[in-house]
Amino acid sequence: MQKIVFSLLILLFSLSSAQAADSIKIGMITTLSTKAGYLGEDIRDGFKLAIEQGKGTLGSFPVELLVEDDGRKPEKGRQIAERFMKRDKAQILTGIVFSNVAMAVVPKIVRSGAFYISPNAGPSKLAGKGCDKNYFNVAWQNDNLHEAVGKYVTEQGFKNVYLLAPNYPAGKDALAGFKRFYKGGIAGEVYTTLGQSDYAAELASLRAAKPDAVYFFLPGGMGINFIKQYAQAGLNKSTPLFGPAFSFDERILKAVGDAAVGVVNGSQWSADLDTPENKAFVAAFRTAYGRTPTLYASQGYDAALLIGSALKSVNGDVNKADEFRAALEKADFPTVRGNFSFGKNHHPVQDIYVREVVKDGQGNYTNHLLKKVFTNHSDAYGGECGM
Amino acid sequence: MGTMCNRKNIFNGLGLLCFLLLPPFAIQSEQEYLLSLFTRILIYGLAAASLDLILGFGGMVSLGHAVFMGIGGYSVGILAFHSYESLPLLSWPFVLNGTENALLAWPFAVLVAALFGIVTGAICLRTKGMHFIMITLAFAQMAYYFFVSLTKYGGSDGLSLYNRSVFPALNLGSDISFYYLCLTILLVFLIIANRLVRSHFGRVLSACRENEQRVQVLGFASYRYKLACYTFSAATAGLAGVLLVNQAEFISPGLMHWTKSGELMVMVLLGGMGTLSGPVLGAATLLLMEDFLAMYTEHWMIILGPFLIFVVLFAKRGLYGLLMGTGGNHD
Amino acid sequence: MLLFIEQLLNGLQLGVMLFLMSAGLTLVFGIMQVINLAHGSFYMIGAYVAATVAIRSGSFLLGMAVALPVAAAVGMLMELTILRRLYKRDHLDQVLATFGLIFFFNELTRIIWGRQPLFMDVPSWLGGAVELLPGVHYPVYRLAIILVGIFVALFLYLLFSRTRLGMQIRAGASNREMVAALGVNIRLLYTLVFGLGTMLAALAGIMAGPILAVEVGMGESILILTFVVIVIGGIGSVRGALVGALLVGMVDTLGRVYLPDILSLLVSSATADTLGASLASMSVYILMAIVLTCKPAGLFPAQS
Repeated sequence: MQKIVFSLLILLFSLSSAQAADSIKIGMITTLSTKAGYLGEDIRDGFKLAIEQGKGTLGSFPVELLVEDDGRKPEKGRQIAERFMKRDKAQILTGIVFSNVAMAVVPKIVRSGAFYISPNAGPSKLAGKGCDKNYFNVAWQNDNLHEAVGKYVTEQGFKNVYLLAPNYPAGKDALAGFKRFYKGGIAGEVYTTLGQSDYAAELASLRAAKPDAVYFFLPGGMGINFIKQYAQAGLNKSTPLFGPAFSFDERILKAVGDAAVGVVNGSQWSADLDTPENKAFVAAFRTAYGRTPTLYASQGYDAALLIGSALKSVNGDVNKADEFRAALEKADFPTVRGNFSFGKNHHPVQDIYVREVVKDGQGNYTNHLLKKVFTNHSDAYGGECGM
Repeated sequence: MGTMCNRKNIFNGLGLLCFLLLPPFAIQSEQEYLLSLFTRILIYGLAAASLDLILGFGGMVSLGHAVFMGIGGYSVGILAFHSYESLPLLSWPFVLNGTENALLAWPFAVLVAALFGIVTGAICLRTKGMHFIMITLAFAQMAYYFFVSLTKYGGSDGLSLYNRSVFPALNLGSDISFYYLCLTILLVFLIIANRLVRSHFGRVLSACRENEQRVQVLGFASYRYKLACYTFSAATAGLAGVLLVNQAEFISPGLMHWTKSGELMVMVLLGGMGTLSGPVLGAATLLLMEDFLAMYTEHWMIILGPFLIFVVLFAKRGLYGLLMGTGGNHD
Repeated sequence: MLLFIEQLLNGLQLGVMLFLMSAGLTLVFGIMQVINLAHGSFYMIGAYVAATVAIRSGSFLLGMAVALPVAAAVGMLMELTILRRLYKRDHLDQVLATFGLIFFFNELTRIIWGRQPLFMDVPSWLGGAVELLPGVHYPVYRLAIILVGIFVALFLYLLFSRTRLGMQIRAGASNREMVAALGVNIRLLYTLVFGLGTMLAALAGIMAGPILAVEVGMGESILILTFVVIVIGGIGSVRGALVGALLVGMVDTLGRVYLPDILSLLVSSATADTLGASLASMSVYILMAIVLTCKPAGLFPAQS
């Protein structure tokens, strides 16, 4: 049996490694299965769009995108990374959605000399102490969006905010990020179970605490549940809700409906951001996939463009690692965000906005850009980075 | 019976040969990443075989076995973390420093797993059947949530190791030596376990599974036998966790989630319960299928699901039983 | 005090939800001796079908009317094709096969409906909140869930104690051969019971749809709690499921709310928040471990 499996293995591997010799391989490790699968789907589709627009090239060099599902499991992500690097000799990797997968996979990749371009996760460790010359984050440091809302809420004069996040490191980081720029008082700070679905009890306590605003960070399905139940409890009429963009992307909004309308959220990007690059991107994405892109799609697209710009300046030769790195650092690509550069820890220095959820003319839910909160904002961890 | 034994020996021998020859083959054909995949297979095989010991022989169906892997893994991870950060693990009543030395850290980790096994086992074994399944799950979930909220060691994001443990005269950083170390450990375990189930101890245990009351009437303290077996199995799973955290240089509470325990159980059943080497085959099949199908379709679960059902319906003693012939009876 | 009453209602409502799930599971286990891990899949199927129909037609009730028979039909089909072959087999075989079913249903749902969660809203006639006591506002929809739960509990009670079918089911559970010898079509009976169980799970899923995210994997999050409930209550006992569900609902809800407060009397408030939250996540499992340590067969062990 093992023999059979084994020879089958050899056969299949030799088949799959035979194709496409000349193109530059880019390995994408992303989450396509599990509840969070749509995040990876959007990153992948955004990335693919950039390749398709270049007719199979990035920076006019032919590339081959290898995509595999990590199932949100760190060890599986690591396995895939190893296969991409050793079997396919991919020197550029990207795609990871979740911080816990990134924490397990990224150090391994960069230590073996390959490049990793993060289109989503930005854990504080990789921005600070654990930063690396071959690691670039083209999305945000995890705290950034929370910081923007913290500042906005202060500016709007709220004095007594209720905070809510899951009881895990990202949840605590999120609230810490919010508090870094929020100057008012705190009506309550609640940590919920990871993966919790019913928030009736928390909402009852929240109402009793009588805050003048609520800030929450509950990614994925938890957020959908919370926003719906918040509206059902009638709280959206009395107490404004704030959150990061993660709970208000266009695909989640479809599942939340009216309950989210009017909620203000922080993001580095919005579909209605008024730059020629962004307009073209949104239109092209809609044509290609028949849906409005989310911020994840924009991050995937930007990651592809960034790689393209660096490929161009090294003439498609990733082996010139130092030059390739220098080219990445320049961040000389037509970003859909209008304004983007890298800090010394290879994390974004960019503008961050707040958006408001609206219902557009066709009855679709989307975000409307409200205000720029930060100009050229970087993260709080760059100082710890020894680069 | 004689031919059956032959067939079994031939199969086991072939399997061993495959595992032995894998590294040279992988290097020859420049498929080095196969090494890490097969290292994982060996490690999960060890964990699944240890589960088989309580499940297949002792009749104790645990849906929380992965927790021991997690505890073993975290013990090594936390010791390494303290050694790297040069923070003492304990400063009172005596100073205890972290360590990356395998000869200290590994036995410690196995001991912690065994301790957790004996304490929870003592409670769990008061129950039977479905209740046993659920109470093992309960302890696993408690540990899961405990480590999720343990911010100091990364919580749900997990803990990254900077290196593998340091082993005298053996460079664990080399994937090949690590592979052979795992293979050796698995073999040693299989040999010990095989002896164990054939011993007086193993017979009493099997008898407990068939009819515990009768065993008690005969004057055996069945509870103690079961607890000893449970603890041994927990310690082995702890060792598997130690190896896994070294292989991946990473540990997270996800390793203790009930779905992981479910996967271990699937490996045992898929391979063939009560056969010890069957679970290794089960681990290999499941991990290879997962790896493989995922390369060709995102919707690989739509194939894996029916495959499991198919095995249940048509291969009563798992894949191992299928290979041994339908009349296959363990032994 | 008013807040406490509201939290009790929340606990009750969670308990009712769990009861709907666990009644079906415990029935199937008690009568057919089958461990059905795929029970959560029917919860998901119910929610998906109801959400789809509700979106298209705009009617929540129509969604429910379509989803219940669909889920029951899928359940009975599963019983006929797969589970029927597993009645006499080891529990472990059932675990493996139904584990496979979970994979299959999850992936199938993802293929049919895509990765994006579906939208389902509270029907307008159940929207808003009522003032139960002066100062206690409670969402009408959640009250409706509680009422449905009470109705189902009554229905099951009457079914088992007052009808011929219920008597046959109970008899079939204690002595299969004898009942078959008396001329009852036991196979059909089993299929029907299985259909009833899946329908209850689907009902829970449909009721949950407007409150929760309708997404792939929603079944597994409630599945484990459901198992906790039936184990606490005593496997196979519907009465036990009711008590267990209410107990778990209350412990979980009140633990989440009050543990941090109680702990803040002992330790600093930041530690209390974290520690309380961790303990609250574990509270249900701690409850189960305590119950099983004191009563290894659960609170209301079934007769057999």
